Amino acid sequence: MAVRTEELLLNVGPQHPSTHGVFRLVVKLDGEIITDAQPVIGYLHRGTEKLAEDLTYTQIIPYTDRMDYLSAMTNNYVLCHAVETMMGIEVPERAEYLRVIVMELNRIASHLLWFGTYLLDLGAMSPFLYAMEEREKILDLFNELCGARITFNYMRVGGVKWDAPDGWIDKVRDFIPYMREQLDGYHKLVTGNEIFLRRLKGVGKYDAQTAIAYGLSGVNLRCTGVRRDVRKDEPYSIYDRFEFDVPVATEGDCYARYLLRMEEIRQSLRILEQAVAQFPKEGAVMAKVPRVIRPPAGETYVRIEAPRGELGCYIHSKGKDKPYRLKFRRPSFHNLQILPKLLIGENMANLVAILGGIDIVLGEVDC
Amino acid sequence: MSERDKAQPETTQDSRRSEQPVPEEATTSPAGGGEAPIPADKGGTPDAEGTPKTGGAPEAKAEGKTTARARAAAAARARAAAQGGAKTAKAEAAPEEPSPMQPVLDHIVHVITRELGDGVIEEAYINRLAKHVPTLVVKNERWHETARLLRDHPELAFDYLSVLVGIDHETHLEVYYHFDSYQKGHRLAVRVKADREQATVPSVTDIWPGADWPEREAYDLVGIRFAGHPNLKRILLPDDWVGHPLRKDYQPLDEGV
Repeated sequence: MAVRTEELLLNVGPQHPSTHGVFRLVVKLDGEIITDAQPVIGYLHRGTEKLAEDLTYTQIIPYTDRMDYLSAMTNNYVLCHAVETMMGIEVPERAEYLRVIVMELNRIASHLLWFGTYLLDLGAMSPFLYAMEEREKILDLFNELCGARITFNYMRVGGVKWDAPDGWIDKVRDFIPYMREQLDGYHKLVTGNEIFLRRLKGVGKYDAQTAIAYGLSGVNLRCTGVRRDVRKDEPYSIYDRFEFDVPVATEGDCYARYLLRMEEIRQSLRILEQAVAQFPKEGAVMAKVPRVIRPPAGETYVRIEAPRGELGCYIHSKGKDKPYRLKFRRPSFHNLQILPKLLIGENMANLVAILGGIDIVLGEVDC
Repeated sequence: MSERDKAQPETTQDSRRSEQPVPEEATTSPAGGGEAPIPADKGGTPDAEGTPKTGGAPEAKAEGKTTARARAAAAARARAAAQGGAKTAKAEAAPEEPSPMQPVLDHIVHVITRELGDGVIEEAYINRLAKHVPTLVVKNERWHETARLLRDHPELAFDYLSVLVGIDHETHLEVYYHFDSYQKGHRLAVRVKADREQATVPSVTDIWPGADWPEREAYDLVGIRFAGHPNLKRILLPDDWVGHPLRKDYQPLDEGV
């Protein structure tokens, strides 16, 4: 006799630890198999782009901190970079080095937090504690530099707000070997774990064609074998001075994404090592910029490589001190689109693994 | 995979080439950068060559503003369109050298005109403010077929949609797209205009599935309807929201008042 089954509608979120923010997912289930998934976003929408129309460019910078709040440095940078591109401002060496150092530190901090929470999602408690400890060391460095742990408001059009205090660069230098050692420890602790492998290998798989068509970027794109990194392909700031690899995998599953993020920490450490070694002894940290920043009339669109992928900034200026239209291309927003496609046909237990593997920040999705 | 590997050296080279002149131009010619803010700082006097940067005297707001805006936009467009052409006003500065991306733009225009005939491209120029990205203004009615050609033609192969921006220009609405070709390693920006009252732009979700959410976002915030979108609903704001906040004439609806 056949068992009578019926479709189950399950609401995940909006406030659920595994959604990493305020994100709702309406899932239809047939037994344990997902037959439909509808993401509902917008809970964190603050109208940043609308607010920006009434703010000067410098006033917008703290708002960018609050988009991808795990990587505020890259957000600061993309806005400053867009304005600098329009106005043709040349940023002093020392400021460029400081920018690269903080952006790479922030990339490591962001990947560490992802590592910790992802393992927590999968049911492993202790990696989270290790990762948070290391991340805290980076946040301490930031705190010393600009007085904030998360929302830095550090960069300005033409440079950075604060120069590195005495001994700060040495602290960054000391952090590099320490972090390398910890990273090896993570691999020993997690990477070969049988449960971990079973949860991730072959889960949430897609190919390069799909990834490109869906506009994925960052690790989500590189895990399918596409060697795309804005730092290499459209070098900005001083990234063309550093030697580093762009790690690529071909499997396109959650496990490949995990390995890539871990490898990116190592590559960021390589950049940091070179940046610290080349760091100019002295010099200005701000270019000479007009007191009131007015980019020329016209439009620009620039991108950078944020921890979560391609972060872009579009500005349409009318030659005023406030943007006529400002738009951020937030990688999480674009990356999250593929989620329903990945979930349909999957086992319910894989939902958390797949969602976590995309690595979203809701502040950025909703903007 | 192998395709991508082959394209790789080309990609880096190409983007390097496009990067190079940006700082150069920035330092040698003030046209792109410093020009605008400095005179305006001194109190809004129109600068020497009469570029209408500021609306002149603080006169009646509404009309002065819009005409100044229109003139500024026209000036910007003229500046961008006149690549290589000497700018009379800036005689002391060297005439702008042709952009390194000019051949790419010419080729794209050539392919589109060859395949789809005339009357598709309203305007084609290099946007120097955006790292010399080749930019096209495409006719609204012809946009969908052009989009398909942009992705499918082997010489264009724009497979990646990087951004989709909806803009309210007060006189009309506009959608700004930025495409990349991962196979060929080049970039392209496209602008499509739409009427303000009946704002409709053909949807490209069937060509780039990644356009789905960005189009919904542009509909939600700017009020542009994308014809052919399978699920054109609000995405960031609640379903019962009234109006489109990024329209310049948006008034929040406050039921309590």
